[in-house]
Amino acid sequence: MLRDVSFTIADGDFVAIVGPSGSGKTTLLGLLAGLDTPSAGSVLIDDVNLATLSEDARARLRGEKVGFVFQSFQLIPTLTALENVRVPLDLRGDDSAGSRASELLARVGLADRTHHYPVRLSGGEQQRVAIARAFVNSPRVLFADEPTGNLDHDTGVRIVELLEQLNRDAKTTVIIVTHDLELAARAHRMIRLSDGAVVEDRVRGA
Amino acid sequence: MSLRWRTLTALAWRDTRTTRRRLVLSMSSIAIGVAALVAVDSYSADVVRSIHVQARGLLGADLSVTAHHPLPAPALAMLDTLRTRGAKETRVTTFSSMALVSGGKGTRLVQVRAMGAGAPYYGVIETSPTDKWKELQSAPNAIVDSALLIALDAKIGDTLSLGYARFSIIATLRNVPGDVGIAAALGPRVYIPDRYLAETKLLGFGSRADYESLVKLPATIDADVFAKSHRELFDSLQLRAKSVADTERSLTRSIEQLGRFLGLVGLIALLLGGTGVASALRAYMAEKIDTIAVLRCLGASAAQVVWMFIIEAAGLGFAGALMGVVLGVAAQLVLPHVLGTFIPVDVVPQLELIPALSGLALGTWVGILFALGPVLGVRNVAPLQVLRRDDSASAARSAWRDPLRIVAALVLVASVVAVCIARADSAIVGLWMSAGITAAIGATWFAAMLCARAARRLAQLPWRFVVRHGIANLDRPGNQTRPVVLALGFGAFLLGTLALVQGNLLRQIASTADASAANLAFFDVQTDQAAPLDSMFSARSLPSLSRTPIVPMRIAGYTSRKPKPPERRATDSARATGGEESRGGDRARPSWAVRREYRSSYRDSVASSEKIIAGKWWSTPGPDADGVFEISVEQSLAEELGVIVGDTITWDVQGVRIRSRITSLREVQWARFEPNFFVVFQPAALREAPQSFVLLTRVNDDGARATLQRDAVLRFPNVSTIDLSLIENAVGKILARVSLAVRFMALFSVVTGILVLVSAVAASRRQRVRESVLLKTLGATRAQIVRMLFTEYALLGAIGSVAGILLAVGGGWAAVHFIFKAPFTVSPLALTVVAALTMLLTIVTGLFAARDVFAETPMAALREV
Repeated sequence: MLRDVSFTIADGDFVAIVGPSGSGKTTLLGLLAGLDTPSAGSVLIDDVNLATLSEDARARLRGEKVGFVFQSFQLIPTLTALENVRVPLDLRGDDSAGSRASELLARVGLADRTHHYPVRLSGGEQQRVAIARAFVNSPRVLFADEPTGNLDHDTGVRIVELLEQLNRDAKTTVIIVTHDLELAARAHRMIRLSDGAVVEDRVRGA
Repeated sequence: MSLRWRTLTALAWRDTRTTRRRLVLSMSSIAIGVAALVAVDSYSADVVRSIHVQARGLLGADLSVTAHHPLPAPALAMLDTLRTRGAKETRVTTFSSMALVSGGKGTRLVQVRAMGAGAPYYGVIETSPTDKWKELQSAPNAIVDSALLIALDAKIGDTLSLGYARFSIIATLRNVPGDVGIAAALGPRVYIPDRYLAETKLLGFGSRADYESLVKLPATIDADVFAKSHRELFDSLQLRAKSVADTERSLTRSIEQLGRFLGLVGLIALLLGGTGVASALRAYMAEKIDTIAVLRCLGASAAQVVWMFIIEAAGLGFAGALMGVVLGVAAQLVLPHVLGTFIPVDVVPQLELIPALSGLALGTWVGILFALGPVLGVRNVAPLQVLRRDDSASAARSAWRDPLRIVAALVLVASVVAVCIARADSAIVGLWMSAGITAAIGATWFAAMLCARAARRLAQLPWRFVVRHGIANLDRPGNQTRPVVLALGFGAFLLGTLALVQGNLLRQIASTADASAANLAFFDVQTDQAAPLDSMFSARSLPSLSRTPIVPMRIAGYTSRKPKPPERRATDSARATGGEESRGGDRARPSWAVRREYRSSYRDSVASSEKIIAGKWWSTPGPDADGVFEISVEQSLAEELGVIVGDTITWDVQGVRIRSRITSLREVQWARFEPNFFVVFQPAALREAPQSFVLLTRVNDDGARATLQRDAVLRFPNVSTIDLSLIENAVGKILARVSLAVRFMALFSVVTGILVLVSAVAASRRQRVRESVLLKTLGATRAQIVRMLFTEYALLGAIGSVAGILLAVGGGWAAVHFIFKAPFTVSPLALTVVAALTMLLTIVTGLFAARDVFAETPMAALREV
C-alpha cells in the first residue's frame, strides 16, 4: 500500500496530507496514530517507536498524547456532548474530567449544549464536540481524517479555523488528511501522496 | 404491482446474502420450540397408537371385574351366566405380603398375584428363561421380578415362602403387558398359581386384597356394551368393571394429558423463539434502512418492500420449522428413554405425519407473526433517506397508532390464544394457559423495561467510567435488553420452579432421615400379635414408636346440613323432610367417597401430622345419651361427602352399626410417613371392634432392620413389614424420573433462551464493534473494554435471573400449593445456584459473542465499519 514514505513532523506544526482516493492517505494516518502496525519500517511519536509497544500500550499512548477527529464525527450516541468529551480522560481515570470537558466545550462555542445527545446536534456542532474531545487530553498531536468531509462549506471553514486556533493556542501538532485542496492550502506544510508514495512535500511560503 | 412475486422472492433471497449466518441463528430459536412440540406430539401419537394395538394385552381379557372383597354371590351368578353363553373366566388375586427365601437373607414386601388357570387371555408375560409362564400352573411355582432375587440374594431354583406356603422360583419376569417399569420399585411382583393361595393363609382379617375376574367373551357379546348395561349391578355390589375400550380410553386420556403438559413447555419455547426472531429482525431491519431507501428510490412501493421482507421472514420461519421438525423427529426417539418407565405399552416410534406437518405450519406462522411488527415499521422509510442519513433507529420507528401494526399485534395474540385452546382440554383451560403465558412474558418484559429505564438514571451517577458505560449500554438505541432479559428470565423461571418444586417434595418424604422418626412399619398385626411383637422390640432395645389400631368399615348412611348448589337442593330437602338418612342417594351414582371401604382408627389425642381446622377434639370420653360417638373427619373427605361439623354418619363395622357425629375437621399432611386416617373415632367407639394394628419402630442399622423383619415374619407370617427407607428411596427414584422428564422438556426452553441470547448479542454486534474500536482509538485498553462488556452482561444476567427467580417463587408456590397441596418453603440455595448459573451463562455468552470486538484493530474506525 505504502512504500518509501519517510518524513518527520515538527512539534506544533500544522500539516495536511493530500492525495486522490486510494493513494494511501488513510493507511498512512492509521500507521501514524498507531492504529495499525507497518509490515516494515517504523513510526515514532515523541521518540517512542510504536512498533515496540503492545496494542494496549499504544492505546494508552493515544489516550495521553493523541487526539482524533473523524469525517463522520464518531460520537457515542448514548452519551451527551459533555460525556463524549470526557471519554479520553474518563478512560485514564482523570478526576478533572468534568471541569476540563466543560471548559473545552465552552471554547468550541457549545457551552449551552453540554447535555444534548449527538442526535440533537447539527453536523457542525457534532464535529465541534469531536474536536473538544480530541483536545481534552491536551494531546501532543491531533489527527483529523477529512474533518470537513461531511459538512457544508461554511461550517467546514469554521471547523478548520477552530483547529488552527487550537493549534496556535495549545501548541498541538495537527495532521489533517484531506482531498480538499482549499483546506490543505491553509496548512503550514502539505504532503501529497500518490499510489502509496510521497510525490510532493512542501512548506507554505518556503 | 410492477415487481412480480418471483422477482420479490429473488430480491428477498439476495437480500439475505450477507447476513445468512446470523439469520440461521434466529431461525434456530424457532427450530428448538418446533422440535419440542413435534417430539412430544409424535411421541404421544406413537403411544396412543401402541395402546390401541395392545389394549387387550394390557387388560389381559375382554372384561375385568374387580372388588376389594371376594366376589359376592350375585357377581358369581352373573359370571356363571356368561360362562353358559360361551365366555371363559378366570381369577387373579393381588395383595401385598412378606416374602422370604430359604437360604437367602432378609425379607421383602412383595406384590403377590395369584393367577387362575388361563390368565391372562391376551398378551404374553415374558419370562427369563423363556416360555416358563406355561409351567407356572403345573406345581407350586413362582415367577418373580429379578429385583427380588437381587434384594434377597436368591437365585432361580430357590424356595420362596409366602405365609405358610412354599413356592419354587422357576423364572424371572422380563415383560408384563401394562405394567409400568417403576411399579417394581414399590414392591417386586411375585406370580403364583391361585390354587395354592389358600395354603399361604395370608388373606386373614383386615388384609387388603384385590379380587379380579378376567373374562374372555365370545364374539357375540360386546364387552363395552355389557359393562355399561350392568353398571348398576356392579355399583351396588361395589365392583369395578373395565372393558378393553375403557382401558384404552383412560390410558389414552392420561397420555394425552401428559402430552399436553409437556407440549405446553414446547409451546413456551416456541413463543420465546418468536420473541428472539422479533428482536433479531428489528436489528436486521435497522441495518436495512439504506437498502430499503435505495429500493424506494428505484421505484419500489412501500407494499413491495414490506412483502419482500415478509417473504424473507416466511422463508426464515419455514427453514427454522423444517430444522425443528427434523430435530423433533430425532428427539422423539430419545423421549421413550426419558418417559419409558411411565408408559404401560411397548412404543414403536414412527414418523407421525400430522404432528410433523402441524409443527412445520406453526413454526412458519410464528416466524411470520413475530416478524410482522419490525417489518411493518419500515413502511415509513422515505426514499429521501438515501440522501440524508438520519439516525437509523428513528427512521424505522413507527407510531404506536399505526393501525396495521396494531392489527398485527392482535393477530399475534389471537394466534397464541387459538394455539393454546387447540392444545388444551377446553377453551377455559386454553384461555388460562394463554393468560399465564402472557402474564409470565409480560412480567419479564416489564422487568426488562424498568431496568432499561433505571439504567438511564443509574448511568448519570458518578460511577467509574467503565461501569457507567456498561450500565448506559442497557439503554442504548437498538439495545437488546428486553429480548435478552426475557430469554434469561424465562430460563431462570423454569429451572427455578423445577428446583423449588422438587426440593419441596423431597423434603416432604425425607422424614426418615430424622433420627427420632420411625423407619420400619409392621402392618396387619392381629390383636393377639401386638403384645408379643412389642416385646420383640424391647428385647432388642428398640423403641415402640406407635401402635395404631385400624378398623375397616363402610358408610351405611349420613346426613348433610351443608348448603348445596341450587340444582341439588330439591332432592336434599326431600331427603331432609323424609328424616331418613341417605346413602348418597341424591346422586345418580353414589360417589367413591360413599362406596369405598374406610380403614379408620381411634385415639385420644391429635397426631403431630394433623391440625384441627374446625370444631373441637373429643369433649366427652363416651357416647352421648343417644349412643352417638364423636368423630373427626379429614377436610377433603368432608368436602367430597358434603358434610360439616354437626352432621352424623352411620358406619357399618363388620355388620355392626355405629352412629357418629362429626365434631371436628382436620387438615392432614399425607406426605409424611405416619399412619393417617380420613376418619378418627373417639376410643370408646371402636375399642371392642375387630381390628388390626400398625406398629412403628426405628432400627438404625440396616442389618438389624433386616433381621428384625425376618424374625417377625417367621413368627407371624401374616404380618407385613415396610422398610420406610426403601419407600423413601423408591419415591425419590420416581420423583427423579418425573423431574428428569420435565427437565428434558425444560431443556428446550433453556436452549431456546441461550439461542435468543446469542442472536440478540449477535444482532447488536456491529454497533458494538464500531463503538469498541472508537474507544480503543480514544485510548481504551482491552481490559477496559472487557470490563464494560462484563458490567453490561453481568447486569443483564442479574436482571434476568432476579426476574426469573421472583417468577419461580410464584410458580413454585402455585405448583406446590395447588397441585401437590403441600406447604411451600423457599430454598435460597437452589435459587442462588440457578441465579449464579444464569449470570455465568450470560457473561460467558456475551463475551464469547463479542469476541470480534477484540480482534478488530482500531484502524476500522477510520475505514468506517
